[in-house]
Amino acid sequence: MLALPVNLRLLRRSDFGVIAERAGLQALPLVLVLGFLIGMILAFQSAVPMRQFGADLYVADLVTIALCRELGPLLVAVILAGRTGSAYAAELGTMQVNDEISALVTMGINPTTMLVLPRIAAAMMVMPALTVAMDAAGLTGMASVLAAFGYPFSAIKAHITILSAPGDFLQGLLKGVVFAAAVALIGCRAGLTASGGPRAVGQAATAAVVGGIVATVLLDGLFAVILYRLHL
Amino acid sequence: MSALIQVREATQVFGTRTIFRDVSFGIDQGEVFVILGGSGCGKSTLLKQMIGLLPPTAGEITVASYSVNTQVEEVRRHIGVMFQSGALFGSMNLQENVSLPLAVFTDLPKEACAEIARLKLGLVGLTEAASRLPSEISGGMVKRAAIARALALDPPILMLDEPSAGLDPVTSAGLDRLILGLRDSLGTTFVVVTHELASIMAIADRCAMLDAKAQGLIALGKPQDLKQTATDPTVRAFFHRETL
Ligand SMILES: Nc1ncnc2c1ncn2[C@@H]1O[C@H](COP(=O)(O)OP(=O)(O)OP(=O)(O)O)[C@@H](O)[C@H]1O
Ligand SMILES: [Mg+2]
Repeated sequence: MLALPVNLRLLRRSDFGVIAERAGLQALPLVLVLGFLIGMILAFQSAVPMRQFGADLYVADLVTIALCRELGPLLVAVILAGRTGSAYAAELGTMQVNDEISALVTMGINPTTMLVLPRIAAAMMVMPALTVAMDAAGLTGMASVLAAFGYPFSAIKAHITILSAPGDFLQGLLKGVVFAAAVALIGCRAGLTASGGPRAVGQAATAAVVGGIVATVLLDGLFAVILYRLHL
Repeated sequence: MSALIQVREATQVFGTRTIFRDVSFGIDQGEVFVILGGSGCGKSTLLKQMIGLLPPTAGEITVASYSVNTQVEEVRRHIGVMFQSGALFGSMNLQENVSLPLAVFTDLPKEACAEIARLKLGLVGLTEAASRLPSEISGGMVKRAAIARALALDPPILMLDEPSAGLDPVTSAGLDRLILGLRDSLGTTFVVVTHELASIMAIADRCAMLDAKAQGLIALGKPQDLKQTATDPTVRAFFHRETL
């Protein structure tokens, strides 16, 4: 415990910046493209059956809720698991099999403080931004489909419910931050527990992706139950 | 007087595999103690036990009368380690690597740490490479930088895992001189894993030989004595460069 301030002194801002950039900025194009396409697909797939009831404008409500509350944070978490969770596992796993972690420990440095905390913090920090990007891209995709169906933009906008009641959107952001923490923690843990040569690094990366996605879905289910109980 | 490092019946079992059993020896202050043996006999494992990274399956190790099992923080304060892989931190250049233990354990200002780091890098002939990253230097240079990092705090005990592997004979001989120089000037105690017969003869006060088949210690003593009197065929083969 006494060693903590000393350790914190070693948290280097440049390292944190690099980690956050890799987890966030570099994922942005993928998030935007995926979000736009998912928004389009959702809108198109639901507009066709809804049209039979003359309710196709309500597609905007549907897609908004589905995206902001569920799919946005979920998809970003899956992307985070695939890109960042695996990278954390590979980085820390390489350090583990290369005895760098042991070297830190013998120097009295806590690997958790120096390596794990900044990574979890970076993931939690970029997650809301990526989720907003995913939501915005998805809604744009949805709007472009409805616009192609001939609805004026103002009518579509009136059905994007989060603009008047942002509850669903904020729920999504909150869930996303928790998913990000879980994905990052699982990735770091997989790396730190790697043992037995270079092959272990690959196995750690796989374990990080699988574990991150499973944890995200489980947490999502837990959120569904809790939020339902809280009547949110 | 009891030995500075005391290993008592140290045993290491991984799962069902016994690596070594009942290894015992003492190392005195100011001694250069060499651990040798074939690949996979557990030299690095024994070293990790001695710095408290790997709890022995059985047995006890004390360093400066602190138990490695229970007082590991005290033990580590006495020891500088060079791991077999070098274990330099990839995101830091050599000077930052060597400064790190100084930043952790001392209150020295940053410039002073950097100055000491450059000095230590100079000892291993790496002054020029101070600002390079570990990925930009050769394997032998990684080893030397790792030695410089182990030296950073002038610890009373230095543990070097194959410091001369991958070094040319001239650099390797320079390293031997460095070890003896530190021992003579600062009284540093060395535990060195090495296979270089010439180096062992030059620096070792005593050596311990581990063997994978015997799952333990097969020889302990002064290298000159072992060379002349050892009866164990593996030990003889090593010191006389014979094939078994
Ligand atoms: N964490 C571990 N889990 C399981 N087995 C291990 C572990 N670490 C080492 N071993 C096994 O213990 C044995 C001894 O390993 P060690 O690294 O100590 O050998 P060594 O004598 O240093 O060999 P070398 O000269 O090649 O460096 C090896 O067979 C290795 O496979
Ligand atoms: Mg070894």
